[in-house]
Amino acid sequence: MLAFLIKRTANAAFVMLAVAFLAFVIFRFFGDPVEMMVNEQATQADRAELRERLGLNDGFATQYARFVTNAVQGDFGISYRNQQDVMVLIGERFPATFELVLVATAISLVVGIPLGVITAIHRNSRLANALQLGSIVGVSLPSFVVGIMLILAFSVNLGWLPAFGRGETVDIGWWSTGLLTPSGRAALVLPAISLSTFQITLVMRLVRAEMLETLRTDYVKFARARGIPVARVHWRHALRNCLMPVVTLTGMQIGNLIAFALVTETVFQWPGMGLLFIQAVTFVDIPVMAAYLMLVSFIFVVLNTLVDVTYAWVDPRLRDDAARAGANG
Amino acid sequence: MKLRQILLASAAAAVLAGAAQAENVLKWGANRDIGSLDPYSYGDSFTINVLNHVYEGLVRYNEDLKIEPALATSWEILDDQVTWRFHLREGVTFHNGNPFTADDVQASLTRVSDKTSPLKGNLPAYVSSTVVDDHTIDIKLNGTYPLLLNDLTNIHIFDKEWMTEHDALLPTDIGAGVEGYATYNANGTGPFIVESRQPDAKTVFVVNPDWWDTPRHNIDRIELTPVTSPATRVAALLSGEINFTNDAPVQDLPRLAAAPGVNVLEGVDLRTVMIGFPFRETLVSGEPNPFADVKVREALYKAIDLDLIHQKVMRGKSRIAGATVAPPIPGYSEELDTVPGYDPEAAKALLAGAGVPEGLVFDFSCVSDGLVNEEQFCQAIASMWARIGLAPKLDVAPRAVQTPKRTSGKTDVYTLGWATLPMLDAYSPLLQIFHTKEGNSGVFNWGGWSFPELDALIDAAGSELDTDKRLALETEALGIVKTEHIMIPLHQQPMAWAVTEDVTEMPLFPDNKPRLWYARIGSGS
Repeated sequence: MLAFLIKRTANAAFVMLAVAFLAFVIFRFFGDPVEMMVNEQATQADRAELRERLGLNDGFATQYARFVTNAVQGDFGISYRNQQDVMVLIGERFPATFELVLVATAISLVVGIPLGVITAIHRNSRLANALQLGSIVGVSLPSFVVGIMLILAFSVNLGWLPAFGRGETVDIGWWSTGLLTPSGRAALVLPAISLSTFQITLVMRLVRAEMLETLRTDYVKFARARGIPVARVHWRHALRNCLMPVVTLTGMQIGNLIAFALVTETVFQWPGMGLLFIQAVTFVDIPVMAAYLMLVSFIFVVLNTLVDVTYAWVDPRLRDDAARAGANG
Repeated sequence: MKLRQILLASAAAAVLAGAAQAENVLKWGANRDIGSLDPYSYGDSFTINVLNHVYEGLVRYNEDLKIEPALATSWEILDDQVTWRFHLREGVTFHNGNPFTADDVQASLTRVSDKTSPLKGNLPAYVSSTVVDDHTIDIKLNGTYPLLLNDLTNIHIFDKEWMTEHDALLPTDIGAGVEGYATYNANGTGPFIVESRQPDAKTVFVVNPDWWDTPRHNIDRIELTPVTSPATRVAALLSGEINFTNDAPVQDLPRLAAAPGVNVLEGVDLRTVMIGFPFRETLVSGEPNPFADVKVREALYKAIDLDLIHQKVMRGKSRIAGATVAPPIPGYSEELDTVPGYDPEAAKALLAGAGVPEGLVFDFSCVSDGLVNEEQFCQAIASMWARIGLAPKLDVAPRAVQTPKRTSGKTDVYTLGWATLPMLDAYSPLLQIFHTKEGNSGVFNWGGWSFPELDALIDAAGSELDTDKRLALETEALGIVKTEHIMIPLHQQPMAWAVTEDVTEMPLFPDNKPRLWYARIGSGS
């Protein structure tokens, strides 16, 4: 088990290095940050000097090595645009994104699981077909369209909910939360729904497939034969056996949601990490872009590694395979 | 000490009591956030514009964009012609209560012209300063220079004691990798005080009750929120979550104008959109460059249907330009503001006469996040040039990608918008664009042209202290720019702000900078 853990961790570290490498390759095509930092009257010499001071004239290998050395020590430098420490900047935005993702995940489970069960039980009924069709729409509508439609309906026409921002927030230590104030909760509703639409359909379709499988099993048939109420059989006995893959999927999707929240955050001006990243791209703010990409890939790597480790712990066969493959390779 | 605390507490109580009453809050939805609370940190006119509500310069632009006294009350040029003496306003205090003196001016000028300051180009002529007494300061320049006041409108004055106390005497140096105190905190003399700031979310300003000037505005509080998505910004205005935006999207103007309770303020920006040409030996492709011939430039000018671009691409909201500076800019002359008229046949004849091969391929560089509808008018112009037998290769990309290519001469024909900011004088484009590239001059001379006669006029204007003579020189220089077609002016681009109806006064400035100390809100009081 220990060998397995070490191997997984080494893999994870390699992935992070590769991500940093790719990021640095891409940054070369983003343009020149200096042109965005100086004003119109700066001379060519001023620009060249600033470029030199920022270390942008160094070779690719030097810049990459410097970045990795600093990053390992947790130092991602100073944002070109905000002139703030990048880790502080991202730390300030993380709670906003995390709360949004958490609420979106909760919505997707609360809505997606019952819908999945209903469409499985009443297969081929009109309601189920309508829900199935609706779920295709949910998958195919881009989330910025959903966001704009929600804003039009609930902010402009009905005037119930704010169109942008995070409302009032309360600081608990370094964590700023919008969940404790009425305006913070109101501001969370539309972005969370918009972010969760895709996730809802995903959960619903997964639960439906699993339910259909389970409903065919013997123990469900026996339970019905014993005279246990149908609702109890479906919602309690069958559903429970479907939830394991849903939990796995939800855990894995959290990384995705954090990464894809940037579209929702842009539409709703949600002050999270995604918005920070989008603005960093516009201003070629390389330290922020690099740190964001590293953080998101870190989240992915950690989630994947945890899932792998859990699976290995649950299923010894995987462990042995990995050990053998390691010995052979 | 005790007494001061009590006074402070009662002042705080008074502020709180005031907050309970109906407040005039201007909720400003901007298309982007300010970069920092430090105006010297990032060469960005929007940041400087917003922070001008907190910090002030020695002089400022009034409602007609004419220079008027601000922190300085009067000034004169001393006998040596290169030293300017400024008499400072007395009784002005910073937001922290410190008095405003000549030491503060000196420290601020030192800070902005430090070698690590991204804004030192805004004060090109500055050499040193001498404090004469508490309210008099001499500023020494590197020569006779007529536009010092224009430059000083954008040099914000900091409090020296405050900077010393917080180790902020030098601008924040990103290269050094340390944060600066002034990035998060502000202490100016202006009409508004920074109350709080959450980057990318909200920056709150409250009125400065001790402002030295008599306020024309009646705003108690400004909440600046960046709303980057245009559709969301429009929605927020329609739902009343913001009551002012300085960037109403052009495509949504009819809808906003039709909405009840929303007023659209439309105008023409000072920014003149132009097309520039390469003067180098060869094109990027390595082929010989025909654009150094004035006949070829004239042909390309005649091939552009300016009316069509005005009507279709700019939806009739731009102003067709014949001159390279806008009418409000000193140095502008109506005689130069003429257009040749669309004549593709004449253009073809000119090209044939100059021996330009049929189907000449050249790069046409445009910026996707630059000027208003830039991508569309570039496409239109490219097809107009195709009609006279040329083969422009349209290259559209973000500014951050295009600028390095342009400055290093890796592009042929290109677009450029110039608003003469922050100088608001024709000297700005003459020096920065049309002068030969050398030292501080011709930074935006991307085509690499050189007209000695033109340079002589520009240099003469740059040291002429008599305004009339200087403007005559500038107009003459702009005349050469026009006859040589160094750049083709297309139009001044449209600008639009929008307010909800409770904002009763919001003067629209052609430099596209909101000056909220002229705004009024109608509700309640």
